[in-house]
Amino acid sequence: MSGWISNFMNHPATYLKAGWIQISVSNLIVILLMLSIFVLAILLPFPNKHSDEDAK
Amino acid sequence: MSKVLSPKEEFDAKPWAGKLRKYDILKEGTIALVVVALLVTSLAFIFGSPDEKSLTFKGWAISNSDNFYATTVQELAGTSGTATYGRPYNTNGDGLNVGPLFLQKWAGVTQRINAANDFVIEPLMNQVQSPEVKAALSQWSTATETQRTKWATTYDDAITKVEGKLSAVPNGDYGPVPALANGLTEMAKAGALDAALLSQGGFFQTDSTKQILFFGDGAYLDDAGTAANLQGGTWGMMNETGRYPGQAWLWLYSFWYQIPPFTNEDSHPIGANADVYIMVIMGLMSLGLIAMPLIPGIRSLPMRIPIHRGIWRSYYQSEGIKRRKR
Amino acid sequence: MSQKMWTARARESWQKNLPIEKLIPDTQPSYVASWIYVFGVLTIAALSMIVLSGLILAFAGPAWYHTSSFGHWVNSLHFWSVQLFFAFMVIHLWGKFWMAAWRGNRFKTWVSGAVVFVLSIATAFTGYLIQTNFDSQWIAFEAKDGFNSAGIGAFFNVTNLGQMLLLHVAFLPAVLGLLTLIHVLMVRKRGVVPPIDADSSNTEAAK
Repeated sequence: MSGWISNFMNHPATYLKAGWIQISVSNLIVILLMLSIFVLAILLPFPNKHSDEDAK
Repeated sequence: MSKVLSPKEEFDAKPWAGKLRKYDILKEGTIALVVVALLVTSLAFIFGSPDEKSLTFKGWAISNSDNFYATTVQELAGTSGTATYGRPYNTNGDGLNVGPLFLQKWAGVTQRINAANDFVIEPLMNQVQSPEVKAALSQWSTATETQRTKWATTYDDAITKVEGKLSAVPNGDYGPVPALANGLTEMAKAGALDAALLSQGGFFQTDSTKQILFFGDGAYLDDAGTAANLQGGTWGMMNETGRYPGQAWLWLYSFWYQIPPFTNEDSHPIGANADVYIMVIMGLMSLGLIAMPLIPGIRSLPMRIPIHRGIWRSYYQSEGIKRRKR
Repeated sequence: MSQKMWTARARESWQKNLPIEKLIPDTQPSYVASWIYVFGVLTIAALSMIVLSGLILAFAGPAWYHTSSFGHWVNSLHFWSVQLFFAFMVIHLWGKFWMAAWRGNRFKTWVSGAVVFVLSIATAFTGYLIQTNFDSQWIAFEAKDGFNSAGIGAFFNVTNLGQMLLLHVAFLPAVLGLLTLIHVLMVRKRGVVPPIDADSSNTEAAK
């Protein structure tokens, strides 16, 4: 299953460097995903069909 | 204990008296579980997970036998990382300190390791050996402590002097040390040391302390860590083998190891004791996270930076609530 | 008579503080309408997946996944559940911070959540130590110095596979599960924190 992807994943990682800051592409992707999910979670409208009626 | 609450605080604490909306907690939980299960299953199918084989003493002794040999001599001479470590393994060093606090020293010796005996002599004794090694073992065990140390340190110094190039070591009075080191190197090359260190003379074994410590005393593990970008000085604490995401949540712990004075092992008192200073800093910062609502300045950030206007925008809109003055 | 019985007092206090309508509600305040609110339950869902995949790994033993391809897949489930668990938990934490969710007597709820976060890091760390591969060799050797330097290594020995294995599969998940449960019960007892800009004039207008 997914031979070439697991092959790809098990190669040495690529690292981005800026001075003393160094981060693997995978970690950067994870962190950027988290930040964008946080922003989207606030910005995207929440399906809200019951909000106007008083439920009780 | 009675506190005077502001009207807003009292309002926040009281059960909600305003509009409600329908909410099915069990349905929400089930949907969340199904979504996450599908997500995890797909990620596992697509990407798999990292599993780099563990290294062995056999691999070390074959790929870098001079380094293994020299490390063995250091264990006998008492100059290796483990032999000079101090607590919790022995009393041969003071360990680190934060100012007057010698926490490492105070905790005492709880996993006693005699590097020469546990790493070299015992494993050799527990195997069938060549006459040469047998003779070396009996010479070592009948010699005085002073004599043993003299042989081993003289040899260790001689090896250090030629920068580990064994063929360049001049002859000298090294006693049984070369034969012992040679015996252990041969044993490791054959794969027998892995088993001997693991069993440690017993049948069941669950404690890997001795293997790990001996293993790290040489260059083999360190080189492999460098090659895999796992060194602490280059954010390695956050990294994983291969291209997998690592422990991104350790970014702050890892951060301190990248900046002075922690990066300079020779700076006193902090750089030389970086491990314990960073441990204390992270302990305090964890307490800070736990007690964040009590920290002035930080606790009022959510009111000053109005991200909540986005979170509750539909409620604010429907109720016509403007930003409060504060 | 029941006033002095521990059992009766505990039951009465539970019923007063956390009646079943609060424990499993079918309504929420109308302001609970944002995607940011789903990250708490997503964290718990990821934790359930961690426990489930972890149970399979525990039944098969710590070294099984090196040699079985099904085992490796279960290990992958465990790995990705942990990545998602931390991602969801941190987003949940960011959300609760920007809502100042400790307001209105909810300080202890924040504390319990933050303790779960710190303890999760420790639990994940012991997991990395018991992988019985190169990663765990490296992490054990490197991490011991920090713990030893603070005197913790004397009783929490990261190079002892047996000790780490038992802590990872027994003690730590038990404590983590219990604290998570307490955290959720506290949320249910106090209800979801009202909006920062809302006050009693808004709820009165609603009536």
